[in-house]
Amino acid sequence: MAAVTPLLLLLLLSSAPSFSSGSRNAYNINGRVKIPQGLGTKGYALPGRMSNVKVLLNGGQNITFLRPDGYFSFHNIPAGTHLIEVSAIGYFFSPVRVDVSARNPGKVQAALTENRKGLSELVLEPLREEQYYEIREPFSIMSLLKSPMGLMVGFMLAVAFLMPKLVENMDPEEMRRAQEEMRSQGVPSLSSLLPGGARN
Amino acid sequence: MAIRSFFLFILFFSSSLSPVFSLYEDQVGLMDWHQQYIGKVKQAVFSSQRAGRKRVVVSTEENVIASLDLRHGEIFWRHLLGADDVIDGIDIGLGKYVITLSSGGSILRSWNLPDGQMVWESSLQGPKHSKSFLLVPTNLKFDKDNVLVVFSNGRLHAISCIDGEVLWKKDFEAESFEVQQVILPPGSDLIHVVGFAALSQFEMYQINAKNGELLKHESASFSSGFSGQVSLVSTETVVALDSTGSILLTISFQDGKISSQQTPISNLVEDSLGPAVIIPSSVSGIFAIKTDAVPIFIRVIGKGNLEVVEKTTHEIAVSDALSISEDQQAFALIQHASSEIHLTVKLAHDWDGNLLKESVKMDRQRGLVHKVFINNYIRTDRSYGFRVLIVMEDHSLLLLQQGEIVWSREDGLASIIDVTTSELPVERDGVSVAKVEHNLFEWLKGHMLKLKGTLMLASPEDMAAIQSMRLKSSEKSKMTRDHNGFRKLLIVLTRAGKLFALHTGDGRIVWSYLLRSLHKSEACQSPIGLNLYQWQVPHHHAMDENPSVLVVSRCGPSSDTSGVLSFVDTYTGKELSSLSLDHAVVQVIPLPYTDSTEQRLHLLIDADKHAHLYPKTSGALSIFKREFSNIYWYSVEDQNGIIKGHALKCKCTGEVADEFCFDTRDLWSVVFPSESEKTIATVTRKLNEVVHTQAKVVADQDVMYKYISRNLLFVATVAPKGSGEIGSVTPEESWLVAYLIDTVTGLILHRVTHHGSQGPVHAVFSENWVVYHYFNLRAHRYEMSVIEIYDQSRADNKDVWKLVLGKHNLTSPISLFSRPEVITKSQSYFFTHSLKAIAVTSTAKGITSKQLLLGTIGDQVLALDKRFLDPRRTVNPTQLEKEEGIIPLTESLPIIPQSYVTHALRVEGLRGIITVPAKLESTTLVFAHGVDLFFTQLAPSRTYDSLTEDFSYALLLITIVALVAAIFVTWRLSERKELQEKWR
Repeated sequence: MAAVTPLLLLLLLSSAPSFSSGSRNAYNINGRVKIPQGLGTKGYALPGRMSNVKVLLNGGQNITFLRPDGYFSFHNIPAGTHLIEVSAIGYFFSPVRVDVSARNPGKVQAALTENRKGLSELVLEPLREEQYYEIREPFSIMSLLKSPMGLMVGFMLAVAFLMPKLVENMDPEEMRRAQEEMRSQGVPSLSSLLPGGARN
Repeated sequence: MAIRSFFLFILFFSSSLSPVFSLYEDQVGLMDWHQQYIGKVKQAVFSSQRAGRKRVVVSTEENVIASLDLRHGEIFWRHLLGADDVIDGIDIGLGKYVITLSSGGSILRSWNLPDGQMVWESSLQGPKHSKSFLLVPTNLKFDKDNVLVVFSNGRLHAISCIDGEVLWKKDFEAESFEVQQVILPPGSDLIHVVGFAALSQFEMYQINAKNGELLKHESASFSSGFSGQVSLVSTETVVALDSTGSILLTISFQDGKISSQQTPISNLVEDSLGPAVIIPSSVSGIFAIKTDAVPIFIRVIGKGNLEVVEKTTHEIAVSDALSISEDQQAFALIQHASSEIHLTVKLAHDWDGNLLKESVKMDRQRGLVHKVFINNYIRTDRSYGFRVLIVMEDHSLLLLQQGEIVWSREDGLASIIDVTTSELPVERDGVSVAKVEHNLFEWLKGHMLKLKGTLMLASPEDMAAIQSMRLKSSEKSKMTRDHNGFRKLLIVLTRAGKLFALHTGDGRIVWSYLLRSLHKSEACQSPIGLNLYQWQVPHHHAMDENPSVLVVSRCGPSSDTSGVLSFVDTYTGKELSSLSLDHAVVQVIPLPYTDSTEQRLHLLIDADKHAHLYPKTSGALSIFKREFSNIYWYSVEDQNGIIKGHALKCKCTGEVADEFCFDTRDLWSVVFPSESEKTIATVTRKLNEVVHTQAKVVADQDVMYKYISRNLLFVATVAPKGSGEIGSVTPEESWLVAYLIDTVTGLILHRVTHHGSQGPVHAVFSENWVVYHYFNLRAHRYEMSVIEIYDQSRADNKDVWKLVLGKHNLTSPISLFSRPEVITKSQSYFFTHSLKAIAVTSTAKGITSKQLLLGTIGDQVLALDKRFLDPRRTVNPTQLEKEEGIIPLTESLPIIPQSYVTHALRVEGLRGIITVPAKLESTTLVFAHGVDLFFTQLAPSRTYDSLTEDFSYALLLITIVALVAAIFVTWRLSERKELQEKWR
């Protein structure tokens, strides 16, 4: 869809004063949005459809769309400092500050506002791709073990198998004393708690 | 139970900090729904492509251009143009390009019909403003290139259809020339431009279509002048009305000679009274006029003889003409009968013969037919069939074919004015149809599938089955109240004056009601809906009553026209009553009191500054009198830059005794100097916002008290020069001032100036803080600032005893002269995007932390944690502050793609974001509306009080089974060990 020609990018940043009503001169801002191939092909969907990209001037005062080759233009813009934003689902574009000079027509300066990088030509490229969804981790034993239930089972197993080991390592004298203490106190053993254990 | 609480505990603490709202791709559609609309259709063009899917291209009043599937009414593609980029005309060129003319005829664009890609764009200038016309001649060629003819801004252009190049242009610079029609007679290379000059002059220009050369210019003067539009009855005849609207002028310009004939309307119709207007149509030989709301069809015979063919008393709508063969034109006519509409398709030259006559049952809630578009197709028996697209009063779009409604689109929902919510009925016996899982086998199968899904063993078909099972879940779309408060009704008022109730579960329309009080009537010429209020929310008493909403509207665009109130039951969608007021409605103040039937008291302020109390019952009056001295409100006068505070004074001192009318008095006023400040935004707290605690414990066991007052107003003013758009001022001559004003005393609590900044300002006020978004001209970036306001008078109350016995601000007198001891903290950050709307999440008890919802310029909604806008952020927070959750200060606010609430969707033309608390404390419901609608549930601190949707019950079961098994195993082991002990 709308292959971006990897040709030499012409400097299309002209701002020849065009005819307009009134005495005030009005200019055109021409530029290009370039979404590198390869970006957008991975991930969940192919959002790189050029037809859904919008270019907005000064917070929505003017809105324009891209031609198949990615070029766009704003007509009849007064001299001054403007802000161009690109809205494209799946990509993050930095807004661009564009100075249209009245004193020497034809001179336009542009800079990305996010990183203050100057642009020699008005070619807008996404700073990064935007991934709107969390990626589901593939099934793994570790994730199962890390889940609360996994931790519980793990803890229980640890108790079941490590505790007897601990008990074995104990001093036999001490253990006997402890056991006798337990019996005398009549602490119900695990077996008596279970319905099967009660019968025995 | 213990296990469950243990899980909750773990879930609560395992909630990580970074993107709180995040979604897996397969969770799309579980909690949220998205609906796409286009708005009221202005113009429709049918694509005549033989092959492929049938399409219709439409332009709408929302500035949308869209290609719809003619079979089902779905959107193939759609583009929303800018707010000032109003579409003047659309057409299809060469069968594959959609041509649009917009912005008062100054932008011409061509779109690829199959996929909506823009092909070219041309800017057309001209010497002066004029009507604009877009014509796509089928036979006019210019070097093998098809040509478009555009008349705009007083200039005629011929434009190449392939690349948008202007081939030639011709100016019509005569000062007073007003173009009325541009005509392309078929089979010739001529263009006729006709219009009026100097009020009484009829002008005709004949132009060579090949090169724009002026061939002939004729004019004739009519002493009686002209009024309104002209109707084209043939390529060489137009019909106009004189300035009194009582004489028809038939003007023909055959072979460049202007001849005319005058026919008084009274000659044609005996009992015509008022002035007539011409109904625009393009049917050859016939035109329509309307006198006293009665449409009359008149046929032109020969050279200017007129004959009335039909005079109807019904409301009618006529389509444009459709050429069905070389010399035959058909058009559609729709007439209303009580609950039906009658569609007739007639041939232009034969009024009495009907090609088609059908009656279609029509829902009364759709109102009148506003527009008709006709299209034909060839049936299998080679005869002509017709289908018509109709636009109704409620802005819906319907396709009629063979006496049936094939599809309909509720495009009124593209222009929502106001939104409120209503609870659903409580579940009672017989009320709900709870669907239990059919049988155990199905239930097991479902869970086996889910288990397979979690273990990543499922095949693609299984995955699809799981997904559809989750989406279909009948639980969320039931028509009863649920325990968590997720199911509600969204009541929306649209610009067409229709109320819709949307179910939050799946977004379906539960009922819709075209407000009768918003119909045009003699008393009420152009009624417009203003606001929706919750009128009656039964919960304690009056449980048997249905909840109802109040719709406030008024009879005209200016604020001093009289108002209309309607009360609509939200369960049934029926209008309970409506009131035509004898006073205007300038301001509506919902009071925090309800009467014995849970009707909320509302105070309506009229243009003469009288306050009127509603409902007009004695019970309400007695409640109101009790609170008489506690009622304050403010008003903002944008033009003069004045904010005034008001209170009630006494009963109205008019001739007519009205005990529900009260005089008011001005308490205070804040006047902004008009040469340096202009108010652009005012924001208050939401009335129904709940604050959990006033105290805020900061890092070192210290307590800060939030200054929580319902009467705080945030005002932003800018330099008058800087109130325009970005780029119109230099940073030196622009500033923005933010105020916090107490609306009872008029005291300015805080004032801060941002030099070199300008609007637009979007702000949101919640609890004790306000966040606002504006443009910083020096950095040339958007900025967001936060102001938090704290109560210092209670700052000493550090422990419980002091809190109980210590100083309160409750007893301090409320006066302009006693300044409350408050401190404010503020901080600013850069933000990348422009904003269209801003809102804040709201929860039932206000415990859950807050998120800001930012409607960005790309029509997405971004959730941003309030902690990023905390004035206590520092570059290097101390260990204690880090524990408290303070994020190190950064220059700009982060944009985390996973925290887009709208994920990969766009809410095209976003206008507003509404948040409603659910009953479950962790969750808030978010509704974003524009041309599209989007609804979702948000949990700003994760769902700590319930299990999440993706909670695996299977894993829980396995764990329990494993635990039980382990218990048995260990019991056996211990038993054996005991035996061995005993044998020893």
